[in-house]
Amino acid sequence: MTAPTLDSRRSSSTPGDTPERTVLPSVRRVRRRNSILRHGGLILFGLFMLYPLAWMAVSAFKPGYLVLTDPSLIPTELTLENFRNGWYVGNLSFVVFFGNSFVVAAGAIIGNLVSCSLTAYALARLNFRARKVYFGIVLASVMLPMHATMIPQYIIFSELDLVNTFIPLVLPKFLATDAFFIFLMVQFIRGIPRELDQAAFVDGAGPFRTFWYIILPLMKPALITTTIFTFIWTWNDFFGQLIYLTDTSVHTVPIALNALVDSQSNQGVGTLMAMSLLSLVPILCFFAFAQKYLIRGIATTGLK
Amino acid sequence: MADTLTPARPPGTRRPKAGRLTRQDGAAHLFMAPWLIGLVAVTALPMLASLYLAFTDYNILSSPTWVGTENFERLIGDDRFWSASWVTLTYVLVSVPLQLAFALALALILDKGLRGLAIYRSAYYLPSLLGTSVAVAVLWKQIFGFDGLVNQALALIGIEGQNWLQNPDTALGTLIVLNAWTFGSPMVIFLAGLRQIPEELYEASRVDGASILRQFASITIPLLTPIIFFNLILQTIGSFQAFTQAHVISGGTGGPVDSTLFYTLYIYQQAFVNFDMGYAAALAWVLMVVIAIITAVHFTLSKRWVFYGD
Repeated sequence: MTAPTLDSRRSSSTPGDTPERTVLPSVRRVRRRNSILRHGGLILFGLFMLYPLAWMAVSAFKPGYLVLTDPSLIPTELTLENFRNGWYVGNLSFVVFFGNSFVVAAGAIIGNLVSCSLTAYALARLNFRARKVYFGIVLASVMLPMHATMIPQYIIFSELDLVNTFIPLVLPKFLATDAFFIFLMVQFIRGIPRELDQAAFVDGAGPFRTFWYIILPLMKPALITTTIFTFIWTWNDFFGQLIYLTDTSVHTVPIALNALVDSQSNQGVGTLMAMSLLSLVPILCFFAFAQKYLIRGIATTGLK
Repeated sequence: MADTLTPARPPGTRRPKAGRLTRQDGAAHLFMAPWLIGLVAVTALPMLASLYLAFTDYNILSSPTWVGTENFERLIGDDRFWSASWVTLTYVLVSVPLQLAFALALALILDKGLRGLAIYRSAYYLPSLLGTSVAVAVLWKQIFGFDGLVNQALALIGIEGQNWLQNPDTALGTLIVLNAWTFGSPMVIFLAGLRQIPEELYEASRVDGASILRQFASITIPLLTPIIFFNLILQTIGSFQAFTQAHVISGGTGGPVDSTLFYTLYIYQQAFVNFDMGYAAALAWVLMVVIAIITAVHFTLSKRWVFYGD
């Protein structure tokens, strides 16, 4: 199961790009027509795909009665009423839920960065017995469904009275349970020239100094990819947060949103769309700034 | 901290390069300590505990009592277990091929020297990023609701819609559509794979007069099989574990008439709504074994169709 990398780009000399000088005018016209058709098709399909998201964005600003009757993206009337209606849940506001989500995400990011980079360095560079066995375990645990462990995990955290804290969601990350990122980092470190850390080693640097001063600074792209994906996964995570965070005061954004849906009887669709849209804003921001890393991360390892 | 042992080397061989053959077991284990602790405490022991619980009756309040294979016998007579299995299997068997077909088709269209590739790629990828969120599940619920976007669009062309989510025949379909909509991530992997096929192969076959279809069948598909396999495994495992969409759209019930009762949703209900932890552990183990078997079958069958060049 080898994942492709974006590094080895194929030469871009595809037939469409050949110099035009020897091409007959009629052929050129056909090519141009084909190109327009293809782009037209792709744009239409793209609009079709993104329409639901655009509809959500517009509906968030429409007065309630228009949301269910008017499918168009050009609102005839704009309002912020929906955001006002959804913002408070009892005496708590989405400020609290966003704060909780950010705390959980920050904890998960730090945990993954620390634990996975340490493990990956050992697996990629240090020489020890059973290295292959350990790496095999990492690969196998990538495929292990969380359901295999979640019930006893819940019981343990419940016995320790840690339900309704963020610890059950963050602590496992400090223990490198997201094996995907170990794999990603091992692959990345293998691409760093060995001469660099061997020179440091010859100069008397121990494994830790070599890791800290040579490898870690060089693996920045892998660390960025890990940060972005951990953020998005944690932000989108529903199952874990649903199980562990039952008190309203520790609710994260997805849980609060789900609760809002359950109390739908007194919430309009516009309100649901407004809060849904808000909940996606951090991910959309990450996407806007970090597309390149996201696409590279997914192309190399199949993270989602 | 590193116990540096120099391994014995046969006489006459050259001295090993520094840092290569010295053993670093101690340092390595220190570096891997977080992961090793996690492997034991968060993965291995809970797995064993889960296996033990599967043979007990346990509701968290009183201590577990051993009931032997009772939970597994109960599974066989449990209609909801069978509908959950059926729903999940249908979902995997329909939505994974659909998603991969979309992904491959779009990757092929986007591959050949296209202007604005980055923009298309990002636009098509965006749903993958949002697809598992509660927000998109809420959106989907609105889109396929009785007053939703789908019925509004159908009304424009004079077709009277129906309540897609209240109809047991169509509710699961909306979730399959949602999964197909997130074809962007396998598409990006396909695109990366297509880039690795050497252009010379196409040039050579063109000289030999091969048609585009012939090139597709004889070059593109065979060389892409490892990527197809990779995507197939990832998406299959992922689809078996789908949860959020079904939970949000059915309000946690898996309805109507259990038509969206995903297997994970049933585990959730037994474990965290009914607190029937023993039975839920049995359910979870069955899921894990099924996923393991299906993955193993995939790997075994892959030897027949996956082509790893030279």
